[in-house]
Amino acid sequence: MILPPDEKLTQDGLAPTAAPSDGRVLLIACGALAREILDLKDANGWEHMALTCLPAILHARPEKIVPAVRAAVDKHRGDYARIYVVYADCGTGGLLEAACAEMGVEMVKGPHCYAFFEGNDRFAERAGDEVTAFYLTDFLVRQFDAFVWRPLGLDRYPQLRDTYFAHYEKLVYQAQTDDPALTDLARAHADRLGLAFERRVTGYGDLAVTLSDWAARR
Amino acid sequence: MADEEDEIVLSELDDEELVQQMYDDLYDGLKEEIEESVHILLDRGWEPYKILTEALVGGMTIVGKDFRDGILFVPEVLLAANAMKGGMFILKPLLAETGAPTIGRMVIGTVKGDIHDIGQNLVTMMMEGAGFEVMNIGINNPVENYVEAVKEFDADILGMSALLTTTMPYMKVVIDAMKEQGIRDDYIILVGGAPLNEEFGKAIGADAYCRDAAVAVDTAKDFMARKHNQMAAGT
Repeated sequence: MILPPDEKLTQDGLAPTAAPSDGRVLLIACGALAREILDLKDANGWEHMALTCLPAILHARPEKIVPAVRAAVDKHRGDYARIYVVYADCGTGGLLEAACAEMGVEMVKGPHCYAFFEGNDRFAERAGDEVTAFYLTDFLVRQFDAFVWRPLGLDRYPQLRDTYFAHYEKLVYQAQTDDPALTDLARAHADRLGLAFERRVTGYGDLAVTLSDWAARR
Repeated sequence: MADEEDEIVLSELDDEELVQQMYDDLYDGLKEEIEESVHILLDRGWEPYKILTEALVGGMTIVGKDFRDGILFVPEVLLAANAMKGGMFILKPLLAETGAPTIGRMVIGTVKGDIHDIGQNLVTMMMEGAGFEVMNIGINNPVENYVEAVKEFDADILGMSALLTTTMPYMKVVIDAMKEQGIRDDYIILVGGAPLNEEFGKAIGADAYCRDAAVAVDTAKDFMARKHNQMAAGT
């Protein structure tokens, strides 16, 4: 399928990629993961899995994630054999986990996508040494202005940069794909924020493991 | 903003107009103008405490309300807070000299593993504006920092902040350590930060979760009033 542009995934999300049918599973995901999930789906031939995404910009408003996920599960649960939620905690402070448990749906383990892309265990091991790291994924590198620059008001008030980032030391670009242009863009973002730059290849990390597990449960 | 030809000369405004102008300047985050206005009011014989409460806190209250109502956003509030900080920098030593009334004393800091201090800096500013004395111990604080600070500062309130899901559980580590040391009940413990919620605050044994700086001020005032009532009743 043709993926909508990132701007649309940010603001609107993605309608279900396949109509309900017998045994079809629905993944309700953050729009920031659409590309990666569809890539895994195509590569592994998970035809029985449909994907729908909530607007990725909810990343910046975690208090809106739980109601949005609840609404999506309620809307689709009668139509699909099973539903999985492709969010980690994502700043909901445990509320998404509680809501998923209550609704009887599984979600991705971990605190956020930075952790599961890198691998939750590995991320946790590094956490103590990386307190001053600011993470970007492929999607966030492409959507940097929408998720970082503009919401922080840096387009209007560049003098606030150091108020936000004074305690950060480096920008870690967690690369899901090998794209030199994206790496250059990530490096430019690091420069704009006045941070050192590190590129770290993560691939899809625990996202691939989790989806494989779900896909296998026919 | 005014055009150059009708530029406002702060020193030519009467007191009422100047305070009103300070509200506007705080709202617009104009630090230098706020500093100039504070100096003007001091020169006119205003008590530092009066400037703080009537001009700065009055202005920040409007900012706080508009933030809560979604009219202002974090960047604008930060600029307003920065302007207020400019005024507070001038007033703080004078307030100490003149023995301005203090509602209570608070230690605030971000927990270990977390470097985010925007929220706690806003709380500090609003609390100071409301008449609290605040010791801000900054970011990445282990238990010992909190415990030492509340004792050293003779605090009434301990405020803890966290932005990350991964760091917020450390608040419980601090509270549990204070329980072990038998000092938990000596302090009002307030917690806040983006991923926190009411349930979490209760679960870790905090006295209250505060969703934003304005709520933190109201909650702190409320707890201090209760504390004073209890003391007055001899309980």
